[in-house]
Amino acid sequence: MLLIRCPYCEEERPELEFRHAGEAHLVRPSNITAMSDEDFEGYFFIRSNPKGLVYERWRHIHGCARFFNAVRDTVTDKFVTTYKAGEPKPDLGKPKARLPRKSARENVGKGKPAKGRAEPR
Amino acid sequence: MTNESFRIPGQGRLGQARLARFSFDGEGLAGLEGDTLASALLANGIHLVGRSFKYHRPRGILSAGAEEPNALVGIHRDAARRTPNVRATVQELYDGLNAVSQNRWPSLKFDVGAVNDLASPFLSAGFYYKTFMWPKAAWKQFYEPNIRAAAGLGVAPDLPDPDRYSARFAHCDVLVLGGGAAGIAAALAAAEAGARVIIADEQAQLGGSLRFETGARIGGAAGWDWAQASAARLAAMDNVRVLTRATAFGYYAQNFVGLVERVSDHLPQPMPDLPRERLWQVRAKRVVLATGAIERHMVFADNDRPGIMLASAARTYFNHYGVAVGRNVGVYTANDSAYHAAIDFKKAGVNIAAIVDLRDNPQGAAVDEARALGIEINAGRAVIAATGRQRINAMVVRPKNGGASRAIPVDALLTSAGWTPSVHLFSQSRGKVAFDEATRRFLPGDYAQDCVSVGACNGTDNLADTIAEAIAAGEKAAKEAGAKVSKGFKLKAETPEGWAGGMIGAAPGAGLDAKVKAFVDFQNDVTAKDIRQAVREGMRSIEHVKRFTTNGMATDQGKTSNIHGLAIAAETLDKPIPEVGLTTFRAPYTPVTFGAIVNHARGELFDPTRRTAIHPWAETHGAVFEDVGQWKRAWYFPRPGEDMHAAVDRECRTVRNAAGIFDASTLGKIEVVGPDAAAFMELLYTNPWKRLDTGRCRYGIMLREDGFIYDDGVVGRLAEDRFHVTTTTGGAARVMNHMEDYLQTEFPHLKVYLTSISEQWAVIAVQGPKSRDIIAPLVEGIDLSNEAMPHMSVREGRICGVPTRLFRMSFTGERGFEINVPADYGQAVWEAVWAEGEKHGACAYGTEAMHVLRAEKGYIIVGQDTDGTVTPNDAGLDWAVGKKKADFVGIRGLARPDLGMPDRKQLVGLRTRDPKLVLEEGAQIVADPRQPIPMKMIGHVTSSYWSENCGHSIALALVERGRERIGETLWVPMPDATIEVEVTGTVFFDEKGERLNG
Amino acid sequence: MARAARRLSEQINLSRRPALEGSETVMPWVTVRPSGPLSRLSLRAPEASVSALSKALGVTLPGKPKSSAEKAGRAVLWLGPDEWLVLDGAGNLASALQGVKQFHSAVDVSHRNVGIVVAGEGAEAALNAGCPGDLSLAAFPVGACSRTVLGKIEIVLWRKAEHEFHVECWRSFSDYAFAFLTEATRDAGQP
Repeated sequence: MLLIRCPYCEEERPELEFRHAGEAHLVRPSNITAMSDEDFEGYFFIRSNPKGLVYERWRHIHGCARFFNAVRDTVTDKFVTTYKAGEPKPDLGKPKARLPRKSARENVGKGKPAKGRAEPR
Repeated sequence: MTNESFRIPGQGRLGQARLARFSFDGEGLAGLEGDTLASALLANGIHLVGRSFKYHRPRGILSAGAEEPNALVGIHRDAARRTPNVRATVQELYDGLNAVSQNRWPSLKFDVGAVNDLASPFLSAGFYYKTFMWPKAAWKQFYEPNIRAAAGLGVAPDLPDPDRYSARFAHCDVLVLGGGAAGIAAALAAAEAGARVIIADEQAQLGGSLRFETGARIGGAAGWDWAQASAARLAAMDNVRVLTRATAFGYYAQNFVGLVERVSDHLPQPMPDLPRERLWQVRAKRVVLATGAIERHMVFADNDRPGIMLASAARTYFNHYGVAVGRNVGVYTANDSAYHAAIDFKKAGVNIAAIVDLRDNPQGAAVDEARALGIEINAGRAVIAATGRQRINAMVVRPKNGGASRAIPVDALLTSAGWTPSVHLFSQSRGKVAFDEATRRFLPGDYAQDCVSVGACNGTDNLADTIAEAIAAGEKAAKEAGAKVSKGFKLKAETPEGWAGGMIGAAPGAGLDAKVKAFVDFQNDVTAKDIRQAVREGMRSIEHVKRFTTNGMATDQGKTSNIHGLAIAAETLDKPIPEVGLTTFRAPYTPVTFGAIVNHARGELFDPTRRTAIHPWAETHGAVFEDVGQWKRAWYFPRPGEDMHAAVDRECRTVRNAAGIFDASTLGKIEVVGPDAAAFMELLYTNPWKRLDTGRCRYGIMLREDGFIYDDGVVGRLAEDRFHVTTTTGGAARVMNHMEDYLQTEFPHLKVYLTSISEQWAVIAVQGPKSRDIIAPLVEGIDLSNEAMPHMSVREGRICGVPTRLFRMSFTGERGFEINVPADYGQAVWEAVWAEGEKHGACAYGTEAMHVLRAEKGYIIVGQDTDGTVTPNDAGLDWAVGKKKADFVGIRGLARPDLGMPDRKQLVGLRTRDPKLVLEEGAQIVADPRQPIPMKMIGHVTSSYWSENCGHSIALALVERGRERIGETLWVPMPDATIEVEVTGTVFFDEKGERLNG
Repeated sequence: MARAARRLSEQINLSRRPALEGSETVMPWVTVRPSGPLSRLSLRAPEASVSALSKALGVTLPGKPKSSAEKAGRAVLWLGPDEWLVLDGAGNLASALQGVKQFHSAVDVSHRNVGIVVAGEGAEAALNAGCPGDLSLAAFPVGACSRTVLGKIEIVLWRKAEHEFHVECWRSFSDYAFAFLTEATRDAGQP
């Protein structure tokens, strides 16, 4: 079960309180009737579904009930950040520095410290 | 066997424990409280406890822990409590325990299935895939049932599980998994620093390998005594929870760990208020893995003879339980740690026949001590065979590079090929293991989560290093979790023992020829030869070898076998081990009961059952209920002697002739409030709302953006800035979510709020020509006349003295009202309406009559007559789409070219030529019944009923170009006949709609 | 006609049927009981309306996540950034905000919700049988409140004292909530 930081509740809460709500930053055009068929197809049906970092919507449906956005890595299942609905897409810089991990740590024993990003696949 | 004949007086820690009587395969035996079933059996001299999976070979006890592959038994408490596949090495003994062996017939000592052992040339690796391919049909009828009968393990009971299982979510700063020396030290360090700590261990007591490592001294005390004192100290701390008998079976994302605590399997009687097991779902800021290591067996011919076991297991039985596993014991090893077993035995007077050491020149304190004790050491030699079918009677020893062999009589043989660090949980955490060339083992490499490994599971072989590492890790974890570490925690530890060294793969003499069985995986009967054969047959990756041979795929998940199997595959492939790869460790670490996973969610807690406020009345008035989602809804109200058909016919007649009363409370209801309420409604529904007067209602249609119908319902305007929206019963939650989504993210500028009021209001529908007469005496402050309150209007007032939102609306085509009252008053108001209704010949009606009555009028039900691909136009509801509106959700979707095509399916009525025939819902429709199969299907029946009011059956259907076909004949092919139907309009009754005001 | 209705109303007031009426689970370490009828408002409002609404209610609407405010038997629970649940054990809230001109939505949900009180040393353990959140005093102190889940349903959880929680759920889920908590109490003996 994931732990998701709700930007409205300002804390991490268990995944059971949330519901995924699809890709983020798809804005419904105010002049939607003027869209071409092709544009409408792109807006409504086509999703990028990349491997790696995704911008997605979540709703804290069994919590504060707000919709918000998140950046999550689909390979590691780790959240990079969450932010309120309507806020701009965060600039995550170049892919190398894309996962700022404050939690990377040394292993006290023989293991190596955690890597800062997903294994290349 | 005489009772307890192998318990050595003065040996072990059970001391003066009470006797516990138990039975094994019906034989009455005795052990001690504190024993495991395995130690008690061994105390009685019993090694033979099971038959192997494939070859039915006699098997004994290999280990003293969770890794046990052989000693799987059934524990039978009563008819419903028969647990199969219990590891005897884990099951604690209690007085009255009843254990039975498995996978044998007719008895453990004489087993017919053992002919498989002789037939083994035909049962080699991959035989499942090769042998049973043809003929195809024989798989289901012959091969599978016979294989299942012959192989397989224990039998599950066929009665429902009478036990309770509970669950708990828990949170902590530091979760320590494993309660051996490392785990205890880490937990103490973290707890002393003030962190919230949970420490879990699968055994009944903390202590881990200190159970057998007699030489260890920690903090100035004997290792085991220190462990027990530390466990008590931890348990007494407010910030610590000690979980024993608790196995961490799964390590999931973000330090979420699943553990099963076995609460009462060790008790003579299940306690009524104690669950059998408790599922812990723990979220930890930091996890310390102190999972130790598992000893490997030596791989040589017939290494599965009962009496052959891991050296550390024999030592555990001896030093902890006081049980000698034999009187003349051999040792076969490739490392030092097995010597300590020999030393312990010898010192207590048990004869050690010989130590056979694969190493040419073993050196060190342990070797010296063994030699000094007069134990014969055969260095550079191998055990190439073991004799004795149901119990080992000799080991055959030979120089490892060949030469003359000799048989040394033994009644038990302890083997050790070294120690495999338990990286299972680390690997489950998505950490990457790395192969350490120097020590030839896999160790934790790259970490993926906030965890750390300490002690043997981290490849730390020495106790002092382990303790130091554990303390540092415990303090660091506590600090990272937010605790303030003030004073450092210190502990001194020493032991003469070490766990380094050993070998992996097959030992010499493990055999290449077909007759030698040198077992790698005991539980799945996989031999060294099988793995070599898999490679010869083309398997290159360890994942393929694993699946082809089933090595490591049994319930023990290869805890003792994986590394041996990998080494043999790598050797045969002539490749370095890391190139062959390691299979992935997956949860669960040990088998988990379905009971623990399901825990509370059984019976009435399986799923919420939702009942309306009026439910008790319906129940006492004989309603038959149907499930609608989680709701129980009154389906029909049969009177004495009536079947469903008769009851529904009567209810339908009564509504149209007098009146009917219906519980509509389950409808979804949403209050839309704010100055932009109408603007919001304009965007969410196809209809125009701005000009809807206060006090009036409108039937609204909601689309998704793709233009398809999503929901519908009647909406009343209570005030300029307040709407009372109703949704379908099933759509209530998703419609609310859909509306919130648009409001929060697309139209956040609108000043409007949404509140679910589905359950605030109980809804009593009164429908029929007498409806007004029935409610009139009960209503205060509302003029019910047609002029003052026409069809599709809403008023607020009082009924029976309580506030009501009274709707004049109809889902039957009759004059009708829907009375909304606060839910706690629902039943009382219903009873008052009922009392009035009886005076007018009204009846209560259920959902079935409701369906028939609405279908007679051609009113759709979203989700029944629509399926997510139906537009308003398809459903004949184009009139409800505001043509002048600039925008609403779905407006662009509706303009897609394919949604305007003339050949779309449209909702029409169907009448069967034979008026008595009722079509099946879902039945397909064709234009020409004589066309060849597969026929072109042009539509399907969505709703179909017998209509008592019409005197014939009625149906609604989605049919290609349906409206053009009105009057045509179509066909519904069914298995027994092809039914002729005529396409009609959707309204079967009162086509002009006069009755709404009648 | 009106007189007949009034007579009926008198009878009906006697026959209000709150959910869970008469239900009770008593264990030595924890009890589960319905709270009895409460007056409730679901209150939605933007920041700009908060002070006017606070004044009208006589309780300052809490602005911090997971927090509540209480005054004279009236409690206001923060549920979201523009959402509160107002509870009153004695007064009737239905018309409390009628005079407030500032934009807001106040909807009477007195009958939508059912309150359940879980009290005793084992209360936290009983709730954690189905509530995934951290209910330790440090993470969920007295006064904390939140919408969350209990087993398979949604609840609002409010800690009234160290060992006393108030659970709100929708009416038709109250049978489930009560049965779940009853089952959970059996295993809440050891915290």
